[in-house]
Amino acid sequence: METIELKINGRKRTLHCLPNATLVEVLRDQLHLTGTHIGCDTTQCGACTIHVDGDAVKACTVLAVRSDGSEITTIEGLAENEASHPMQKAFKACHGLQCGFCTPGMIMSAVDLVNKGCAVDPAAIREGLSGNICRCTGYQNIVAAVLQGASEMQEQSS
Amino acid sequence: MYQFNFHKADNLSTAVELFNAFDEPMYIAGGHTLIPTMKQRLSAPSDVIDLAKIPDLDAITLAGDTLQIGAMATHAKVAASSLVQGHCSALATLAEGIGDRQVRHRGTIGGSLANNDPAADYPAAVLGLGAQIVTDRRTITADTFFKAMFETTLEPDEIIQTIHFPQVDQAVYLKFPNPASRYAMVGVMLTRTAGEARIAITGAAASVFRAAAFEEALTADFSLPAIDAVTLPAETLNADMHASAEYRAHLCKVLIKRGVNALSS
Ligand SMILES: Cc1cc2nc3c(=O)[nH]c(=O)nc-3n(C[C@H](O)[C@H](O)[C@H](O)COP(=O)(O)OP(=O)(O)OC[C@H]3O[C@@H](n4cnc5c(N)ncnc54)[C@H](O)[C@@H]3O)c2cc1C
Ligand code: FES
Ligand code: FES
Repeated sequence: METIELKINGRKRTLHCLPNATLVEVLRDQLHLTGTHIGCDTTQCGACTIHVDGDAVKACTVLAVRSDGSEITTIEGLAENEASHPMQKAFKACHGLQCGFCTPGMIMSAVDLVNKGCAVDPAAIREGLSGNICRCTGYQNIVAAVLQGASEMQEQSS
Repeated sequence: MYQFNFHKADNLSTAVELFNAFDEPMYIAGGHTLIPTMKQRLSAPSDVIDLAKIPDLDAITLAGDTLQIGAMATHAKVAASSLVQGHCSALATLAEGIGDRQVRHRGTIGGSLANNDPAADYPAAVLGLGAQIVTDRRTITADTFFKAMFETTLEPDEIIQTIHFPQVDQAVYLKFPNPASRYAMVGVMLTRTAGEARIAITGAAASVFRAAAFEEALTADFSLPAIDAVTLPAETLNADMHASAEYRAHLCKVLIKRGVNALSS
């Protein structure tokens, strides 16, 4: 067993895991943060996307033991004081989800895109979300949601 | 994924010592090739040695005319580096075109080169730009580094430390990505230095290679008519469910022509 210390959604946690545990397994099975989904477990679909030290990564392809000392944000950490994050609101308003399975990963990727100043137009958003697959293929509305979410995030920060 | 022991190395010599102390050891960099292959049980190391805690192994610096990129620099870091953009924008473009954002946040240049996937992008950069691979024990020129599919001249315990890219006059990277995997169906790095053309092609064969006939023709006369009659024999190229060897041969020439156009304008 390895012992790791992480900051997850603002809270310090000490965890014990086997070396071969992936970060998404630890988040879901130990911390019950089941908003981060496992779609493919082969680094293709992006359903498991979270932020590690400010960067969007696929948590199914990170060994939990290697994230010792990291700061992690999952979909559960976006809302502030129970109020949905602007990107979550925009996905709801624009009908950016159907079954919702890909949505947590889409939103985490979208927030990373906006944080890095890369959500400038529909083409950049499509390129930026190329690591996220929606099986319901509602891409038009997803792109519309990210555009709206981006402008609301910018308004909020200005 | 089978169970293994995990070790963190805090310098290169400790990493090599750890490697030599175990039966089936493996280094881990970004893990974006290694972890998927371990999940598929194609790889089952007894011990995994983490290179991430070795200081400065991800540094990007300029020493005179040589751009030095640390093995642990992620694709995202290379793409965003103003030093890389200034020294060779084609290299930054190449890094920006690898996989997707999430992959670029973890995958490293050292891991990509050590792995030598036939469809990976960086091998084309290293060979096309005439780079040198500096390891913990020697310097290897790009022309001798890549041996065969997933094979390099690295010793089992050897660690890539930095990659040295010399200054070239002009460079362009053109990639025809497989629409599903985003790996290169064909990727062409075309460079010119003092009139000499150098072309490295990835994705098309078992390992990255130089297109000698095209290089010769373009060194003599850097123009589209100069390569009109030059062809790439399809016999040695890959054929799979994505593309036939003939299609890949055709794509190589199309991309070379686009490269010539890009560098001529
Ligand atoms: C969905 C997806 C899409 C991708 N698309 C592309 C693409 O379009 N183009 C592309 O080129 N690649 C692509 N990749 C591969 C990606 O770039 C990998 O990250 C990269 O090939 C391996 O780098 P790594 O740092 O993850 O290495 P790891 O997986 O950590 O290691 C790979 C191998 O290299 C060895 N190694 C690592 N670092 C060193 C070192 N410094 N010295 C010696 N040996 C070392 C390891 O022991 C291991 O055997 C993709 C990957 C995924 C998952
Ligand atoms: S579950 Fe991680 S990419 Fe699909
Ligand atoms: S909404 Fe169903 S997978 Fe995207």
